[in-house]
Amino acid sequence: MSSATTPGTAPAYYIPQPSHWPILGSFALLMMAMGTVAWINSIAFGPWLLLAGFCVLLVMLFGWFGTVIGESEHRMYSKRVDMSFRWSMSWFIFSEVMFFAAFFGALFYIRNLSVPDLGSLGSKILWPDYASAWPTEGPYLNSPFTPMGAIGIPLINTLILLSSGVTLTIAHHALKAGNRGSLKLWLFLTILLGFTFLCFQAYEYHHAYTEYNLKLTSGVYGSTFFMLTGFHGLHVTIGAIMLTVMLVRIFKGHFDAEHHFGFEAAAWYWHFVDVVWLLLFVLVYWL
Amino acid sequence: MSTVTPDQLGHGHDDHAHGHPTGIMRWVTTTNHKDIGTMYLWFSFTMFLVGGCMALTIRAELFEPGLQIVNPEFFNSMTTLHGLIMVFGAIMPAAVGFANWMIPMLIGAPDMAFARMNNWSFWLLPPAAILLVTSLFVPGGGPSAGWTMYPPLTIQNGMGMDLTIFAIHIMGASSIMGSINIITTILNLRAPGMTLMKMPLFCWAWLITAYLLIAVMPVLAGAVTMLLTDRHFGTSFFNAAGGGDPVLFQHVFWFFGHPEVYIIILPAFGIISEILPAFSRKPLFGYASMVYALAGIAILSFIVWAHHMFTTGLPTAGLLFFMYATMLIAVPTGVKVFNWLATMWRGSITFETPMLFCLGFLFLFTLGGFTGLVLSIMPVDIQLQDTYYVVAHFHYVMVAGSLFAFFAGVYYWIPKWTGTMYDERLGKIHFWSSLISFNVTFFPMHFLGLAGMPRRIPDYAQQFADWNMVASIGAFWFGLSQLIFLYAVLKCIFHKGEKAPAKPWDGATTLEWTVPSPAPYHTFETPPVIK
Repeated sequence: MSSATTPGTAPAYYIPQPSHWPILGSFALLMMAMGTVAWINSIAFGPWLLLAGFCVLLVMLFGWFGTVIGESEHRMYSKRVDMSFRWSMSWFIFSEVMFFAAFFGALFYIRNLSVPDLGSLGSKILWPDYASAWPTEGPYLNSPFTPMGAIGIPLINTLILLSSGVTLTIAHHALKAGNRGSLKLWLFLTILLGFTFLCFQAYEYHHAYTEYNLKLTSGVYGSTFFMLTGFHGLHVTIGAIMLTVMLVRIFKGHFDAEHHFGFEAAAWYWHFVDVVWLLLFVLVYWL
Repeated sequence: MSTVTPDQLGHGHDDHAHGHPTGIMRWVTTTNHKDIGTMYLWFSFTMFLVGGCMALTIRAELFEPGLQIVNPEFFNSMTTLHGLIMVFGAIMPAAVGFANWMIPMLIGAPDMAFARMNNWSFWLLPPAAILLVTSLFVPGGGPSAGWTMYPPLTIQNGMGMDLTIFAIHIMGASSIMGSINIITTILNLRAPGMTLMKMPLFCWAWLITAYLLIAVMPVLAGAVTMLLTDRHFGTSFFNAAGGGDPVLFQHVFWFFGHPEVYIIILPAFGIISEILPAFSRKPLFGYASMVYALAGIAILSFIVWAHHMFTTGLPTAGLLFFMYATMLIAVPTGVKVFNWLATMWRGSITFETPMLFCLGFLFLFTLGGFTGLVLSIMPVDIQLQDTYYVVAHFHYVMVAGSLFAFFAGVYYWIPKWTGTMYDERLGKIHFWSSLISFNVTFFPMHFLGLAGMPRRIPDYAQQFADWNMVASIGAFWFGLSQLIFLYAVLKCIFHKGEKAPAKPWDGATTLEWTVPSPAPYHTFETPPVIK
């Protein structure tokens, strides 16, 4: 290379060495895909293959993120690399937004087009007794359920997630001010609120299945309700895991007032999950 | 500024992949954009041959009326997998291969922004291909509801459909990571002085393509996820009995599917916009308007999806909106075609193979664009929906559009990639053979479609026999012609040919021609300064 660089100073560009983590990840996903397909088609080895693939994926995630964290802590990332991380995390969150958009779009279509159409004059030959309404399990499933109201757990969960956004911001300010004790406390509180949210959601699901007869199979209401809130819950789980990793890193002494994009990225993700919840609360539970 | 790799921190300097794995592990673990670009292109070509064999199976069956070679279920699997493999396995990876090879060199960067993620983006594709091809060998056979995967047929398919769904998830992850990498590279790693509006147009085309990919691949993931839960977990998204609607799938799918069409063609536009000026020895005409046209096409692509659904019973207002919005796309596309022609106007044109493929592209893509305009007219489309006219239309834009542009790109840049000039005679034979056989294959399909021959059917009425026979002969001819291409490329790789100078094309102006041929393993360790 043109000029030698002393360890500890970040170069303008960063090109990592060859890495075996990606291929391991590919193997993991292949195993998981094959395992899932086998499982849902009632082939005995399916769940085991899925589990094995998931374990390989965990190894890969630990190894790969570990490498990146190591490089970051050795200050091998320049300002330019930092900017690359910022761009890429923004675009990643945009892709997540579009994923949820597909399901919100489906909800919009079902509520405003397909359900009214099934109750319209044109569908009377097929379903003479069906009057379109929302919530509905459709004209032919005949499994009445109680829909999930907005007041109660969903409202509590809204307050929980909103306050977790506040606590996370306080933690971020503490990090920038160099106040590590306060940072740990507020970040811990954020994670606690996140897991409380998940516990409430698990309770809500249990309640829906046992008391309300509201299931994934309860027509389009059940489909959209569980898919939207379920994918959101999955994202809360991922976000909470990210924040937990950040807390562990903070206890290990990582991050300072200048270098903490890992923390910021997790925070961005958390706020994104928060905003999706607000939409869910209004469009799935409330209206 | 300088570049540094971690292994340098200990040593004084590093040259050509020093201390790096060799043999197969070099390719498996590589973080080099050129290695990854090469793998993308080879993967793409392999899938092109696999998907091509499926196309030839289709054409063999359609050589004459009646059922001769395959049974109808297998025929349907062939049309389905041919579509999926060509779109996701051949065309899109080829475009990403070009992006990997060329974008860092065109903007004066040493590599892609995220080299390891780049490796993963590629290495996710072979598992996806394995899943797709495996689907043919599982109980129930491969997916057979067409590459568009419409329910309720896909709900009834066997476990091959599940494999296809996960293949699409994995390919989607690959595309999203690849796109994030490309956008970040273009936005953040340009050499000093290279403002966005000084960037080679190929980079602009890919910047916008990557944006489209990130916007729509997750939507496709959502659509196939709904298919999966409808198939196995009792949801009712596409089931009227539960309040859903099969047409919902078409909306979600085509919200992905129409931008996807531009994802396939915009990188080709980018390549053409690099090559035409080089062989016309004139700067590209109307650079700024080319950028705005790309952006205009991308924005419009989000509001035209229902023109694929004119026969599903949309309200008239919807039909009219989507018809006019679709016609609007002809405006920015027309700007591009006009600018390409104006670039050549009074230029000192020479007709080497890359230029020939560009001209082939220009003629045939424009023709495909015109038949697209015909199909955008809703009352006409109601007649032509699901006929061979549609098949002819999109093969003119996919094959003679994208694929020809990629051939042009390979011939244009292979001296830089391998350090050896391609065999001009072979290249010209490949071009003329492909051009003629392509038209022999697909031009008759316009007649067949207008006469009412439906697509995706293994048998047909006697009246369609003649043109089907012509199309099948053309298809086999086209397939065999691609072996000439393979031979020409292999000759370059094994250095059987003239040694290429740093800049073999006297009209070329972009940065990659300032470095030696073949390009060094790490190209711009010190960023060039652009005036």
